Amino acid sequence: MSAANAPPFEANTEMRRDRPALRDPRWARWAIFIFGIGFLTLFVVLPVVTVGIEAFRKGVPAYLDALSQPDTISAIDMTLSVAAIAVPLNCIFGVAAAWALGKFDFRGKTVVMSLIDLPFSVSPVISGMVFLLLFGLQGWFGGWLRDHHLKIVFALPGLVLATMFVTLPFVARELIPLMQEQGTDEEEAARMLGAGGWRIFFSITLPNIKWALLYGVLLCNARAMGEFGAVSVVSGHIRGLTNTLPLQVDILYNEYNMVAAFSVASLLAGLALVTLIVKSFLEWRYADQLALTRR
Amino acid sequence: MTAAIFSTPMRRWSILPGFGPALGFTLTYLSLIVLIPLSALFLKASEMDLSAVWRILSNPRVLAAFRLTFAASAIAAAVNCGAGLVIAWLLVRYRFWGRRVVDALVDLPFALPTAVAGVALSALMAKNGWIGSLFAPFGIAIAYAPPGIAVALIFVGLPFVVRTVQPVLQDFEPELEEAAATLGADRWQTFLKITLPALTPALLTGFALAFARAIGEYGSVIFIAGNRPGFTEIVPLLIVIKLEEFDYRGASVIAVASLLISFALLLLINLLQRRLGAHERG
Repeated sequence: MSAANAPPFEANTEMRRDRPALRDPRWARWAIFIFGIGFLTLFVVLPVVTVGIEAFRKGVPAYLDALSQPDTISAIDMTLSVAAIAVPLNCIFGVAAAWALGKFDFRGKTVVMSLIDLPFSVSPVISGMVFLLLFGLQGWFGGWLRDHHLKIVFALPGLVLATMFVTLPFVARELIPLMQEQGTDEEEAARMLGAGGWRIFFSITLPNIKWALLYGVLLCNARAMGEFGAVSVVSGHIRGLTNTLPLQVDILYNEYNMVAAFSVASLLAGLALVTLIVKSFLEWRYADQLALTRR
Repeated sequence: MTAAIFSTPMRRWSILPGFGPALGFTLTYLSLIVLIPLSALFLKASEMDLSAVWRILSNPRVLAAFRLTFAASAIAAAVNCGAGLVIAWLLVRYRFWGRRVVDALVDLPFALPTAVAGVALSALMAKNGWIGSLFAPFGIAIAYAPPGIAVALIFVGLPFVVRTVQPVLQDFEPELEEAAATLGADRWQTFLKITLPALTPALLTGFALAFARAIGEYGSVIFIAGNRPGFTEIVPLLIVIKLEEFDYRGASVIAVASLLISFALLLLINLLQRRLGAHERG
């Protein structure tokens, strides 16, 4: 093939070498390449680039100034606090669920599995509003909470609950298929040799699932820190008190404070990129130790 | 014999400990965080009688929001089916420099917080934005108009289609395509008659997942939509507005309606897919 008009890519090597029938015509290869890359650039890459450009539109000092505002600092603090409570709890839940569903067979297992997946198919707005119905002033426990001077909605507990609802499936979904795949042979052998439950878990199961667990925690954390809809409903948007980073982006944007809004957004975009990089690394390095259902 | 009654055990016997506590904890946690709160929603909506429910749902503003949400979601999911198929094909069938990066980028919409996607897309698509300014001379508005909503929903839905089609295409037996080629089919005929039918169930699943996600999507849409009642107001936003007006019942009715409709659609597509799968297997 002459180098001059050769496409910048070639067909999948194994297919190219011995499967000439699978070769798409050159124009088709070009069209697929250009359309695919173009679509991704337009819809996925450009938005992220925009965040960076808009954040630094007025230079680095303005960027740093936006990030050092007290409201932004308290939003960072709030986001970290919510994630620090919600992620470990969902992690414990995920491991317990995976132990029960991955290592044992029982009637109704598929029902429990689809219930765990339920938050994925519920709108974030609805995920937040259910807690408003329970704990809001007009909610069922609203009066009782007020009488006891307790605050759930429009305060940290509400933000944590809404975040837990939304991120509940992440760790469990990662671990259940993997633990099912791994079977129970090793654990049973340990049991025969006299190990107790915790011993089996910490010396056999946990080492086997650690990368998948990390993978699940990573995705769970990214969603917990970036959740907007659910948290927006229960937060009450109290500046400096119940604002997380995504809510701060919303407030600044609605005040037409674009540089500040995009500066805060750039923190979240950075988090997303780091998450993607670590995730790709885990997929590449430990593919065999993640759920085999994935590529 | 009493043993016969228990011939279908509640669970298969296992030597491993901890089943009871683990399942107990799982179910308790799941109930407290998800099931009880969600049933509160259904209870709240059921406090109203049917005529009141009908009055809320037949309100023109509510109907317009439902129409817009479902139409934009369907268009976005359909666009994603086409684009997702091309991207999956590119990632599976071709080898090129930077393929791993492109593969990782597909997951970006999963990782990027929706609010960030929303502000970024609306900056891009606004009249003075990079992309919006290309369309503005022709009098086409993307941001603050229905097309903007579809753009945001395309963004959030794309990975669902790529990630369901990709593994199926990966496992697809190339021999089938080769057989078609030996029988004289050209590449396009082979694709239409052999490859595409095999990918259809995966495409349908991808469509369903992207569609369901789009119905509930809030963060990325509200920034770009403009949120004019009856014109660019989506259902999740309408729920938020009702909540802010402390109209919890109205919000619950709309929420339950949208949940039920999307569950029904998911079920329908699931059934369709199962029938297709059965057909494939002969």
